Amino acid sequence: MSDVVEKTLTALPSLLSLDSQPGSAKLSSNSKLGNLIRGITELTSKHEEEKLIQHELSSIKEQVSSPNTTMRQMRELMVRAVYCEMLGYEASFSYIHAIKLAQQGNVLEKRVGYLAVSLFLNENHELLLLLVNTVLKDLQSTNLIEVCMALTVVCQIFPKDMIPAILPIVEEKLNHPKEIIRRKAVLALHKFYLIAPNQVQHIHNKFRKALCDKDPGVMTASLHIYLQLIQENAEAYKDLTASFVTILKQVVGGKLPMDFNYHSVPAPWLQIQLLRILSLLGKNDQRTSEVMYEVLDESLRRAEMNHNITYAILYECVKCVYTIHPKSELLEKAATCIGNFVLSPKINLKYLGLKALTYVVQQDPKLALQHQMTIIECLDHSDVIIKRETLELLFRITNAQNVTVIVEKMLDFLRLSKDDHTTVDLAGKVAELAEKYAPDNEWFIQTMNAVFSLGGDMMQPEIPNGFLKLLSEGFDSEEEDRKLRLFAVNSYISLLQGDPSKLPQRFLQVICWVLGEYSYLKDDLDPVVVLRLLAQLLDMKGSSSDTKSWVLVAMTKLCWSETAVSVAQQVAETYSSSFDTTLRQRAQELQHLSRDSQLHSRVLPPGGSLEPVEVDSSLSFLDGFVSEALSAGAAPYKPLHQRQEELSRSKALSLEPYGLSLPISTSSCSITDRQSPTLLSTSSGLSGDSTDFSHRGSSTTLKLDGVRRVWGREGYLAQKEPVEEVAQVEIPSPLRSPGQQGDADSCHSRTPTANPEGDREKQQLASSLFGGLSSQSSVCLMEKSERFGRKAKGQRASSTPNEQRSDPSVSSSSAVDNLLCNNLLEENSEPIDSSTKQTFQHPQSLRVPNGACDAEAIISDDDTKGRNRPVSPEEHVEGDDFPPCEDKSKDLSLTAHLPAELSGFSHSEIIPLCSNRSLDLSACHVQTDNTVVLVVFVTNSSEDANLQIQVLSEELEVCCPCESPVEEVRGHSVSVRQYSLTVKRPLVHFELVGRLSYSAAGTLQSMQFSYKLPLTSFIRPLTVSTEEYGSMWLAFSHDTKQNLTLMKEEQEPLSATLNALKKKLSLHVVEIIGVEGLVACSLLQDQPCLMHCRVHAGRLAVWLRSPVADLPDCLLYHCQRALQEH
Amino acid sequence: MIKFVLMVNQQGQTRLSRYYEPVELSRRAALEADAVRCCLSRKKDQCSFVEYKDFKLVYRQYAALIIVVGVSDGENELSIYELIHNFVEVLDKHFSRVIMFNLDSIHIILDEMIQNGHIVETNKNRILAPLTAINKMVEG
Repeated sequence: MSDVVEKTLTALPSLLSLDSQPGSAKLSSNSKLGNLIRGITELTSKHEEEKLIQHELSSIKEQVSSPNTTMRQMRELMVRAVYCEMLGYEASFSYIHAIKLAQQGNVLEKRVGYLAVSLFLNENHELLLLLVNTVLKDLQSTNLIEVCMALTVVCQIFPKDMIPAILPIVEEKLNHPKEIIRRKAVLALHKFYLIAPNQVQHIHNKFRKALCDKDPGVMTASLHIYLQLIQENAEAYKDLTASFVTILKQVVGGKLPMDFNYHSVPAPWLQIQLLRILSLLGKNDQRTSEVMYEVLDESLRRAEMNHNITYAILYECVKCVYTIHPKSELLEKAATCIGNFVLSPKINLKYLGLKALTYVVQQDPKLALQHQMTIIECLDHSDVIIKRETLELLFRITNAQNVTVIVEKMLDFLRLSKDDHTTVDLAGKVAELAEKYAPDNEWFIQTMNAVFSLGGDMMQPEIPNGFLKLLSEGFDSEEEDRKLRLFAVNSYISLLQGDPSKLPQRFLQVICWVLGEYSYLKDDLDPVVVLRLLAQLLDMKGSSSDTKSWVLVAMTKLCWSETAVSVAQQVAETYSSSFDTTLRQRAQELQHLSRDSQLHSRVLPPGGSLEPVEVDSSLSFLDGFVSEALSAGAAPYKPLHQRQEELSRSKALSLEPYGLSLPISTSSCSITDRQSPTLLSTSSGLSGDSTDFSHRGSSTTLKLDGVRRVWGREGYLAQKEPVEEVAQVEIPSPLRSPGQQGDADSCHSRTPTANPEGDREKQQLASSLFGGLSSQSSVCLMEKSERFGRKAKGQRASSTPNEQRSDPSVSSSSAVDNLLCNNLLEENSEPIDSSTKQTFQHPQSLRVPNGACDAEAIISDDDTKGRNRPVSPEEHVEGDDFPPCEDKSKDLSLTAHLPAELSGFSHSEIIPLCSNRSLDLSACHVQTDNTVVLVVFVTNSSEDANLQIQVLSEELEVCCPCESPVEEVRGHSVSVRQYSLTVKRPLVHFELVGRLSYSAAGTLQSMQFSYKLPLTSFIRPLTVSTEEYGSMWLAFSHDTKQNLTLMKEEQEPLSATLNALKKKLSLHVVEIIGVEGLVACSLLQDQPCLMHCRVHAGRLAVWLRSPVADLPDCLLYHCQRALQEH
Repeated sequence: MIKFVLMVNQQGQTRLSRYYEPVELSRRAALEADAVRCCLSRKKDQCSFVEYKDFKLVYRQYAALIIVVGVSDGENELSIYELIHNFVEVLDKHFSRVIMFNLDSIHIILDEMIQNGHIVETNKNRILAPLTAINKMVEG
């Protein structure tokens, strides 16, 4: 294979001659860009480059603004500006000229104008609006090239809000005679779907048409949309499985024109795309999977050709085989395939083989056994990427038997790793394995020590937090817990006696906590020794102030004896005047508690009681005090931000420098007194701002209150707080040098290579690595290790409840299928079967899927399809009276029938419910201010009379304002029924079932229908002030928390995300304070729900509260969806 | 998903860059330098895929030019590796000589092949069709 590539390579003419032979560039010597590039190539320093480019930019700037510059020159200038900006030098002055060039230039100039625009601007740039008219004009041009480039730019960058302006024209292009225009139109729709899915919901049937296009290129383009749609909701597209299979079969069978081949392999990237789609469709679905077995088998068989690209296809094929419902024969073949990959001498194939194996062992761990020797070799591979991939594989097959060997290998790698991302990732994995499978205490503590020292301060904060939690909560056996803790204490003491300055801050904090809590377990240990060791950390240069406060807290717990108290007093004195308020606070605590041994033993009972502490978070025990104070004339409590406002209003003091830090503590104090949703502890809220402090400090009792707030939580809880705090605060990088540690170990890890005994060593390694794989791994779980198994995740059970199967209506797609067949065959001018041809001539036969698709589009949710087609299939096929193209006009005509009192409100799209020859039922729902009204339109074109409609729902109260049967509606008249809906209990979606009974030909007949609407229809914005929000928050009992994805907006991710939610779910944004946002809404009028959002680690941590059960959960679901769609 | 395509010379100077995910201008130079350093530090016998932060780099070297493609973790690296070659073959088919001075044309070709991080066309004739048509119009 590589021969082919190599030959092609050498055959490439002086393609890249610029860099290899500078002299050969004579042809372009006149080109100014050429000069610029050459100039830059010859430069040696960054500084020179900057000078040259700045000069270039100013010369470009001068020329672009000159009125004498022709479009031709402008084009050349644009390319240079693009080049400059590509090197990282902003050329924003040229943006407007790029748009002008696209507007006014001839073909090539226009293309360059568009190109520059797409390179210069981002999706939200305001100048982009100026492009809309140009695009619109070019889309309507008679010159195909112009249409083509307009579509290209639309696919790349187009303002979301302006999509409606060009959507009809783009849709029109779907019927264009030229394939390239159709193809680009489909891609443009894909782009629209990506940036604004709602805008293209109504054209789902056109996607199907594109899938059936007679040109393979257009069909390929439509697959991008389908891959996306199926990723979001596979259930809705199961009926297309047979079509995708047919397409793949034809591609694999070489039915595409020759120019789709790449190195004699037919359309490889198309095959890969199809295989991805199939694996999504066949996942956890036996019936759908069965449809694709044959073509997968063929794909595996066809791949005998020895070329990279066939291996790329094979890889995708293997993944597909292992994703869908298993078939043993295929699994075997796929396994052989993986073998070929892994054993290949070609390094790229080996890599891909390992990747495939990693994927596959999750389904079948035994497969790793077949390749154990190869895996061992890869572990010692000189290429670090291969090593890394191998560790990933080992991570997946770890069990209680092989955990020690695998973890050792991972730690070896960690010691050498210089890449932060890898370190964080691997440290997390080792910690996970250690917690899950640790064989004994000693090993566990030592492994975690390694994780903490290697992972450093970049490590996810969950790791130390989880570790401390594990330690403090303990396991079933009291004795084992004691041993584990004691072992930790011993190990940490010896670490501190060594050189603690090398340890990362996070690790030191863990050590402090453990010593503070558990050093009493070590009988022969004098607390003073521990205190001295801890005190030594305070004097260390590298210690962060966070670590210091951990030290002080630990010391507070340890000062029992008199000598200890004197050590503590000394330290406390030093730090009680610290500039760091947190440190000062801790020092004060230490000072007071060490002085008052009675208070000390009450607050921190010796021996660390582990009983959960009950916290009266409403501070009700202070009620008496408060009312007393109030009656004595004290001012009522005002939330911090209110005080702040008043303060800034009354005094004209500039509080600017504090502006940033204030709002953070504001929200955590005011709203969340009961239980802070942010991780900020109350104490850090206090320390954040001195005005607050002084306010509280105005009376002695309040000072005590300050102490109580920290100690009120007592022992264990109070210690946990700082852990969370650490997660927040950035800690200066550790003074760790991975190289030093690494060097010592590198020789060790390399030893088992290239010596005669190597093979035997490898054998041994293999048996230790793959132990437990051959037998069922659960059998070998050691008794002890199960104690650590509390963190075992359910990841491996891959089936999730919502992936339930429904009957894929394969039959209904056969028309599409035939059509495809037909088209692809046509392309190859092969004989056409007459029956398929007939199908082709009846576009109506596509109606069934289209109709379903429409309904699906409106409700935009999973598995609605089946429910929305309650009518029997025959009826649907008969329903040819309204082919899809009429749907829209029908929608319009029905809209006119909306009752006048509802016309002012927004309504959903009108969807057909059911119909027969003479009757046609459609419905939509209207969101008024205080209710949701279901409007049912009945179109009756016959003499049938006596219609009756019943609408019911379990979760909704359906109330019909006028209880009379539908008046006689005849002769194409439309009658309208209204049902007002109220929520009985919140659900993600509500379903209404209805029955229409009517008399036809003397007999009573009936049809059933259903209608689905999301919870969001019932959500209304709730306008409250921040104060009201705060008091409501405390009053609500039902809550839920989750992390959501934050929108990728550069500047204001939080407000952008909240605005998106506001738009989609009609919420009310109460206030945005720094990284936190307050949002409120209500379910219709009387059931409020509050949402507290905070940006944390690139995610949006939301906390929803409501007095109504289930409402937070349901709303959260919609928030998630809304952000996914975004 | 493809995140970006880079063409750089052996000195690490960028000849072409195209991002399919928004990256601030100020961060691009550093990212490119980093990515290129990653690829250049690899030996011939090592594999053509590198882990970089939370994504992968697929690179291929032609004489003094290196093409680097950043892809998301779930991508099929080998197919991207071949995509690079397909791209180079297209360039080879269109240009007879030095290509780097034709920054705009290369971009136009790339735009036909990759959009929004998806591979949208791999048929060489079809990739070149719009550019050829434009050139014909300009000449004719």
